[in-house]
Amino acid sequence: MMAKVELTRHPLIKNALKSRYPQLAVFVVMLVGYIFAILAGLIGTPVGSHNFSIVFVWIAWWAILILVAVPFFGRGWCAVCPIPLPGEWLQRGAVLSPPDKRPKWLNLRVPKMFRNIWLQNISFLLLALFSSVLLTTPNITGIVLAVMLFAAIGLSTIFERRAFCRYLCPVGGFIGLYSQTAPIELRIKDKQVCVKCEGKPCYNGSAAGYGCPWDVFPGGLTKNTYCGLCMECIRTCPHDNIAVNLRPFSADVAKPSTRMDEAFKAFIMLGSAMIYAGVLLGPWGTLKDAAYGVGTGAWFIYAVVFLAIIFGILPGFFSLGLLKTKSAIPFKQRFASLSTALIPLGLMFWVAFSLSFVLTNASYILAALSDPLGLGWNLFGTANVAWQPMLTTILAPAQTLALVVGLIWSAQTAQKSASEAGVSPLPIIFYSFVATSIMLWLLL
Amino acid sequence: MRRAELLSRILIIIGIILAVGAPLYFWKSTPIIHAQMADDGGWSPDVIQAEVGKPLHLKFTSDDVVHGFAVGQMDMQSVDILPGKVTDVTLNFDKPGIYTFFCTRWCGLNHWRMRGTIEVSGSPSDPEPVSPPLYVSLDLDIDAPHESSLVPIIQPSAVSGQQFATNLPLDQSTDYYRSHSPYEVFEDLQTTSLTDGQRWDVVAYLWRSNTTKESLENGKQLYAQNCAACHGENGAGDGVFADDLAQAGEASMQSMSGAMDMMMQTPVDFSDPKRMLGASPALLQGKILRGGMGTGMPMWGSIFTEEQIWDLIAYLYSFQFEYEK
Repeated sequence: MMAKVELTRHPLIKNALKSRYPQLAVFVVMLVGYIFAILAGLIGTPVGSHNFSIVFVWIAWWAILILVAVPFFGRGWCAVCPIPLPGEWLQRGAVLSPPDKRPKWLNLRVPKMFRNIWLQNISFLLLALFSSVLLTTPNITGIVLAVMLFAAIGLSTIFERRAFCRYLCPVGGFIGLYSQTAPIELRIKDKQVCVKCEGKPCYNGSAAGYGCPWDVFPGGLTKNTYCGLCMECIRTCPHDNIAVNLRPFSADVAKPSTRMDEAFKAFIMLGSAMIYAGVLLGPWGTLKDAAYGVGTGAWFIYAVVFLAIIFGILPGFFSLGLLKTKSAIPFKQRFASLSTALIPLGLMFWVAFSLSFVLTNASYILAALSDPLGLGWNLFGTANVAWQPMLTTILAPAQTLALVVGLIWSAQTAQKSASEAGVSPLPIIFYSFVATSIMLWLLL
Repeated sequence: MRRAELLSRILIIIGIILAVGAPLYFWKSTPIIHAQMADDGGWSPDVIQAEVGKPLHLKFTSDDVVHGFAVGQMDMQSVDILPGKVTDVTLNFDKPGIYTFFCTRWCGLNHWRMRGTIEVSGSPSDPEPVSPPLYVSLDLDIDAPHESSLVPIIQPSAVSGQQFATNLPLDQSTDYYRSHSPYEVFEDLQTTSLTDGQRWDVVAYLWRSNTTKESLENGKQLYAQNCAACHGENGAGDGVFADDLAQAGEASMQSMSGAMDMMMQTPVDFSDPKRMLGASPALLQGKILRGGMGTGMPMWGSIFTEEQIWDLIAYLYSFQFEYEK
């Protein structure tokens, strides 16, 4: 097994992470881009394929997120995401200055019943059910982006830390789930140092910086799921005990979770990837019409089927497979723990699905880049690049490869979590095989 | 740290102002004419001001499907307006007046409603006398029925008609041709010794001799671009929009005054000899100039030149007459 490599050992990397300025520079660019995307969505051309908001959010950002950021950097996107920034700055009353002793706003603790990712599951599903319209209508994209920005600001004034990122962000939920497979992590170096550390400034804040915005005590980190890689603890740790490590892929899934909200997140993501592949890439016109016809009878049927697949069919067959196994561990726990196998599977489903629509639509990015406002500009000479699918010859092999890798990866994960639960991994491996076959059929 | 805090706040505020202000500024300072299907608003804006002798630069974009742009009674190539793309057009006007611009792509059922005006101000170099169109000076009621009570058994042939016409006292003037329906000319030929079929051939010859090959070709093009969507490529009133128009007519029945309106929603069938042989060129000119008044037939007076209308009319009769062998 590959050993970990501590990236923060290199002074260059460490200083870049410790200093607030590089991150601030990225933040400002991201925030400007985000606000511009909202405006472009609201007043730019209503033609989705030429509107900056659609092209940059749903094609460019999505491609970077699912094909690069999540698989290789885990929550790397969260480290530079602009959505929580205005709220967080408002909450702190500062951009860089040390935190005040007294909180400026309500600073409430999020109620216990919401301290899980069920709200994120719901917010993702809401967007997913409306996605056909959301992904193609600039106005709606603009509104959704603005709502997220203002929701984050609102939650920052009511609750402590980043309540939006932790409990509501529709994207944050699955990034967290899949970040467990990423070859990068933020961890402490020596547990004893944390045990002895007085005041735990990494969680409570100090003159050097803010307490963990993600409400995580770094000393207890064993999984990437809820660490937003904001690097605040690197700045506050008085003992230089925080490290960013390069590690083998899927290190966290070796320690299966037993939480139902996370287990269902895995089903939601697996199911949505399959349904999207069917709706957006499949040849079924009626299905497409139903998905686009928000509010119509056909759409309600689509929504019910969508939810039935995610909450009924997929977990149902999974449970059936599990019932065949014998174990002393309670069923619920086995269910949650074995669903870990679906994390790499789901991730690779999304990679395979996204490859297809990203490569198909990537040429729009060039055109939108040269004419971001839709005013007939040609900044980089690419405004009139004709729409053309890219890399069509390698698409099918690349998708197949992604799915096969996903299946093998998921089988390995199943083996590990099954042996921990003391059951046979075979039903889960068979389940993954069937799901992969369906996905392959949907994509090719 | 205080200075750094201040600077970063300033940086953020400048960033936000730029992100909001710059696009708003550019959007506001670049007027773009948006094209949408008529049901969603058509051209916006639909009134444009211009001056004689000053080039008018326009930017167009489509918010939905492919549209086209052309100005009526002006010698210009129509340009396509693509969804989400900007098309630049420069126009020069040498005469003041109100020009009509219109969509040149069959963008939807109400395609023909997509019109706007360009108000060109300035002093005319040589004011042209305006004379009323022929149907007005002839005092024709263009909405009255005008069916031919007799129709030929076989399609009249201009080539055969030429042989019979040589020895006849036939008025071949343009005035006579334009003010008479084929049936009226057929009636005028009653005094001759020709058979009915031969008389119809002479009528076809008269119609052919009042136009040219170029005119017919021009009329055919105009027809294909502007009329065929409803009236059908072969003039049978069965264009791609015909069924939709009929449905729209049915839907608007409640607010309209009955069966007459309903009937008029169906595009006219130019292959119907009763209708066509009973209509004089002057009557057709009136119909085209004025439009169908409450039906789906637009008024073309502001778009076609007089010459274009006569060319089009000559072509319309080719659905009845065999002009060439």
